[in-house]
Amino acid sequence: MGFFLETLFGGLMAGMLYSLIALGFVLIYKASGVFNFAQGAMVLFAALAMARFAEWIPQWLGFDNLILANLLAFGVAMLLMIVLAWAIERLCLSKLVNQEGITLLMATLGISYFLDGLGQTLFGNDIYSINVGMPKDPAMILESTFEGGLLLSKEDLIAALIAAALVAVLALFFQKTATGRALRAVADDHQAAQSIGIPLNRIWVIVWSVAGFAALVAGIIWGSKLGVQFSLSLVALKALPVVILGGLTSVPGAILGGLIIGVGEKLSEIYLGPFFGGGIEIWFAYVLALGFLLVRPQGLFGEKIIDRV
Amino acid sequence: MLYRENGQFKTSYTADQQIFPILQDRVAIGALLAIAFVIVPVFGSEYIFRAILIPFLILALAALGLNILVGYCGQISLGTGAFMAVGAYGAYNFLVRIDGMPLIGAMLLGGLCATVIGVLFGIPSLRIKGLYLAVATLAAQFFTDWAFLRIGWFTNNSSSGSVSVAGLNVFGLPIESPVAKYLFCLSVVCVFALMAKNLTRSAIGRQWMAIRDMDVAAAVIGIRPMYAKLTAFAVSSFIVGVAGVLWAFVHLGAWEPAAFSIDRSFQLLFMVIIGGLGSIMGAFFGAAFLIVLPILLDQVPHWFGIPLSTATTSHLVHMIFGALIVFFLIVEPHGLAKLWSIGKQKLRLWPFPH
Repeated sequence: MGFFLETLFGGLMAGMLYSLIALGFVLIYKASGVFNFAQGAMVLFAALAMARFAEWIPQWLGFDNLILANLLAFGVAMLLMIVLAWAIERLCLSKLVNQEGITLLMATLGISYFLDGLGQTLFGNDIYSINVGMPKDPAMILESTFEGGLLLSKEDLIAALIAAALVAVLALFFQKTATGRALRAVADDHQAAQSIGIPLNRIWVIVWSVAGFAALVAGIIWGSKLGVQFSLSLVALKALPVVILGGLTSVPGAILGGLIIGVGEKLSEIYLGPFFGGGIEIWFAYVLALGFLLVRPQGLFGEKIIDRV
Repeated sequence: MLYRENGQFKTSYTADQQIFPILQDRVAIGALLAIAFVIVPVFGSEYIFRAILIPFLILALAALGLNILVGYCGQISLGTGAFMAVGAYGAYNFLVRIDGMPLIGAMLLGGLCATVIGVLFGIPSLRIKGLYLAVATLAAQFFTDWAFLRIGWFTNNSSSGSVSVAGLNVFGLPIESPVAKYLFCLSVVCVFALMAKNLTRSAIGRQWMAIRDMDVAAAVIGIRPMYAKLTAFAVSSFIVGVAGVLWAFVHLGAWEPAAFSIDRSFQLLFMVIIGGLGSIMGAFFGAAFLIVLPILLDQVPHWFGIPLSTATTSHLVHMIFGALIVFFLIVEPHGLAKLWSIGKQKLRLWPFPH
């Protein structure tokens, strides 16, 4: 029982990390109808910027303070993501208005190639580390209830808390602010939103910046866990089944989908893995999502798809 | 002046329904085939065959298969690499386990294996559409990656799934030299291109296009969505499977599952989109563009004598490649095939203004 709970908690926390990346997909899809394949590249780019600036800024300015360096690096990286969002909108999306979904999807794939190249040209292609002072040692809890207690990774716990906080902030932003309302209006209907005077271009820059912010947070957490390297951009592939399971248009869906996938992956690896010869983690999430879609094609919380001739 | 159809009257249905109704087109395609079959093998160098022509032909075939699914039937698939892998490993098993299995037989049986898997993973398309389907087909990709790596039976218990074939021959003719490989690939590609062209002009091709344009409307006028979608998956994955066999057997010789990774799927989808959705010609344009461009980009710094490290070059190639894809999508979202047909339209009037 103790072992089961331990796996369950591990899965839940891994799931929160997936949802963090999935959030980026959902935000952009909601507001612009673009399925943004470049999210993984954005995570890598943001993490690279964060890791390198945290290293460079103290050298340039000549001080030695980890917290200050991290804060400054975070600011610079965020600025970079906003510039990136603006450039993507100006150079790419605004020219592709009214194109089909698949064309936009391909364009984001092109962007992701570009970002992979740009990030590694600017920041180098070694393995870098992000040190934001995450505790590395695990914690024991509930020692009185179970024999030996439950082993929990503090790092994962903090990451999950940050993810939860980010989701809360985003939910507030979407529901309570004027900009958030404008974003939801654009998501509902581009033309109608435009006709009541919502500037589409500015909304897109904002939403790509918010997605960039989500990518930066995800990049920092994943980067401090795994190290910043090229494979970070592949983590996004892990988040895809989360997105379709939860529904492309739903923020809560991204969270719940992430939790389901995280738990499913960990439990299946432990309890089903031995029958298949191990390593089933890489496809289990996809097959789970696929099976689920057969029953509910729009995902858990996606808007119902209505076909009209 | 030269390219016009005035005076070419059709007096029978057969003449009216041929693939190239204009005489100049027939002459051009004949000349192209003659160049490809006779002149190129005589003058081509080994590097050109190995690095450009053979990969181009095989990937064009795979793109052709994918185009049937994406361009004609409108079902987006990101699992093309998986179907290529199924074809390659299927054919490998038939070749190794059955004594005296001819190459062509193994190739077609490998294609059939891919068909079965393709139809299996095509079943969700009856419920799921568009981007959801695209992501769902990734399941096929990751599952086959895992299966060929972990299940020893498929790869004859070789370590890490790497296998090789040697001593290929067709009807007693060895397929060893680059020229022989090139001619073999070219013949296969020609046969399949002709088949695909005719399929898309037939009743089933029109059903696919109806499903693509609007599946509910197609169902209302009596097209069975299940039949149409699954046949598209079957035909597409058969061709893709055969291309996988060629890629593994003829181009690589020895391969492992990584040869058919998700990057390959993306690459093929790029070819189809850049070449032109719903066009047989587009598959060839797309393949040519995506094969030649990276090679050219690799060479450019050398021409100008700019000293760049290999890593920097590869990153720069990545950047330029991505930027060019976005550029092409902006300039001509319907792909190179559309540019080609615009050019042909203009040529009909040239040099007169109207």
